[in-house]
Amino acid sequence: MNAKFKKIIPQLLTLAFVALIFGFFSYNAQLNMENRGISFGYGFLSQESSFDVQFSLIEYDGSHSYFRAYLVGLLNTILVSVIGIIFATIIGVIVGIARLSSNLLINRAAAYYVEFFRNIPLLLQIFFWYFAALRALPLPEDAEPIFGVIFLTIKGLFIPAFVWNNLDIFIYSLLAAIISIIIIRSYSKKLRENEGKHLPVLYISLGLIVGLPLVSFIIGGVTLSFEIPELVQLAKTSFRFNGGLGLPPELIALTLALALYTATFIAECVRAGIQGVNKGQKEAAASIGLTPNQVLKLVIMPQALRIIIPPTTNQYLNLTKNSSLAAAIAYPDLVLVFAGTALMQTGRAIEIVSITMLTYLTLSVSISILMNWYNKKIAIKEK
Amino acid sequence: MFKKIKQMTSLLAVVAVLFGFATESFAAKKSKTLKNTIKQGFVKCGVSQGLPGFSNADASGNWTGVDVDVCRAVAAAVLGDANKVKFTPLSAKERFTALTSGEIDVLSRNTTWTLSRDADIGLTFVGVNFYDGQGFMVRKNSGMTSVNDFKDGISACTNIGTTTELNMRDFFNSKGISYEPVAFEKADEVVAAYDAGRCDTYTTDKSGLAAQRTKMSNPDDHIVLPETISKEPLGPVVRQGDAVWEDIVRWSLNTMIEAEEYGINSGNADSLKTSDNPAVKRIVGAEGEMGAALGLDNDWSLRIIKQVGNYGESYKRNIADTGILPDRGPNEIWTNGGLLYTPPAR
Repeated sequence: MNAKFKKIIPQLLTLAFVALIFGFFSYNAQLNMENRGISFGYGFLSQESSFDVQFSLIEYDGSHSYFRAYLVGLLNTILVSVIGIIFATIIGVIVGIARLSSNLLINRAAAYYVEFFRNIPLLLQIFFWYFAALRALPLPEDAEPIFGVIFLTIKGLFIPAFVWNNLDIFIYSLLAAIISIIIIRSYSKKLRENEGKHLPVLYISLGLIVGLPLVSFIIGGVTLSFEIPELVQLAKTSFRFNGGLGLPPELIALTLALALYTATFIAECVRAGIQGVNKGQKEAAASIGLTPNQVLKLVIMPQALRIIIPPTTNQYLNLTKNSSLAAAIAYPDLVLVFAGTALMQTGRAIEIVSITMLTYLTLSVSISILMNWYNKKIAIKEK
Repeated sequence: MFKKIKQMTSLLAVVAVLFGFATESFAAKKSKTLKNTIKQGFVKCGVSQGLPGFSNADASGNWTGVDVDVCRAVAAAVLGDANKVKFTPLSAKERFTALTSGEIDVLSRNTTWTLSRDADIGLTFVGVNFYDGQGFMVRKNSGMTSVNDFKDGISACTNIGTTTELNMRDFFNSKGISYEPVAFEKADEVVAAYDAGRCDTYTTDKSGLAAQRTKMSNPDDHIVLPETISKEPLGPVVRQGDAVWEDIVRWSLNTMIEAEEYGINSGNADSLKTSDNPAVKRIVGAEGEMGAALGLDNDWSLRIIKQVGNYGESYKRNIADTGILPDRGPNEIWTNGGLLYTPPAR
């Protein structure tokens, strides 16, 4: 009893101390706000925002609420983070493996890339991609089409948009294909383990993922056409593209900068992971007759991933948080739209900053949980 | 009763003298900001990150501009030296938080006086030092000569955190034109993006457009369209709840404007102490006890005029002579057909 009590006392004291600090700060803030005649409350979230945002994934204009503006910013932050993470991972894995290449040219090129991009501050890189690279892009009227339908201009990247008919049927067919692939895979695994038979899973999967949607086109009434961007004249020397899908240059520059910067760190994680696998493993795998591809896929990578995943999670978190630098180049992310314009228009600094902090915390924790789950899944299962 | 209080105050004053507090007047005691400013020895002033004519730092870090002059006037009045100002460059987004948190004591940063800003977020606007309105800048070779030439899909570069964003929406909505707002945090980035061709038009206060035009790679390629789409009375702001400090900033600005109205400038201020006009004598501190009410000495206004100049001198030095807006327009004294009209200093 006494020992137990002794253990609990310091913990209770620490808890009380933390609570006291929080209490002091909130009391202090409250007092100061009262003194300065600032009211506090989250009621403003339902008020009309009356400002527009350049780029939004959901329907939004100034007649919507501040909460809607918050969602616009949040979705834009998630969008740039997800795209950034995908590209950073692809580039990072390729460069990480390239750094271990026996080909000197590939090896050195990868090393220079890593050292160059990870040692320049990210904000500078964002400015470089936005202001330097942007200036080099042609005006809409001078843009040379790529493949006849894609236009990369100073006002953004314009690509053909898909115009669907009966999109839902197409999506159902895609879902059906994915589900049947999962079933077939587990069936083939069972077959391999029980009877030692190999099914050509890859070809079956490919057939399904192409075949089923194809069927939806033929008998499901699904049609797809393209809307090609069209040059429109605004004034004597002002043009823009109408129709199609327009990606703002801010998004492109930010994604590029984030992906290229974070990829260097991921490349180092990948390199460390692969180098961390004992050489004997590779030799043992080769000696039992596995092909080099199988060695990488079945022996090296599963072990390397255990080393790669935890530090890579950090990089994903960094990328998500770094996306808040978007404000510098007018990409309407959470910080620009909500902690920027909305904060300014309402003057509710404490409320908005607290929501923004909580949002980033939630985002980061979600990524952490997801990556920890994946890490656990691939970790050594002691039996 | 009153006599008793008076007696007690004088008694207190004696005690204060004994303890060396004599320099602090009643007003100074009441105003925490004034007390702190005297203690620090400089006025904490929030300005823009670089807007020629309003607040702009040169290569050696000297700040000039009409907004800067308001802070200099306050420093001259309170501390006796117009150079005792610490300037803090702020983005549009940061400015109000910097003021309410006490990082600065005067915000003189081309800030539009609106109801919600004045009433809602713990700020008080003390006056107007520049009457402005929002306008549009376009490239000359675009052939656009009026906002009626705008077409659907026009992209407009601007700053975040300003009334500009809201006015722009009101304007385009009322015209029924769809537009693409591209909002940056810093003015320099807005200019760079517009200059590069990212946007078809650049919109902010007209004075800002005129000032920023001087920063473009080729200023003559751009024109400011004639239409004004909003009222933008710009003026200095203080924190709510310090009435004495509020009065000091308000009357420092008013002194500059009224001095021009009565023809008092940095050159003739001293000689006008013996003027026949009592109004003039009051402004230069030769008559009445104007300073005491503010917790200042009686030469406060004279110092403003001598060290900073009157409003007209400040305008000429910062805005007219630099070629930003040679025509004073509404920013002329009311007797000359402008909007500058101050309550009398008496």
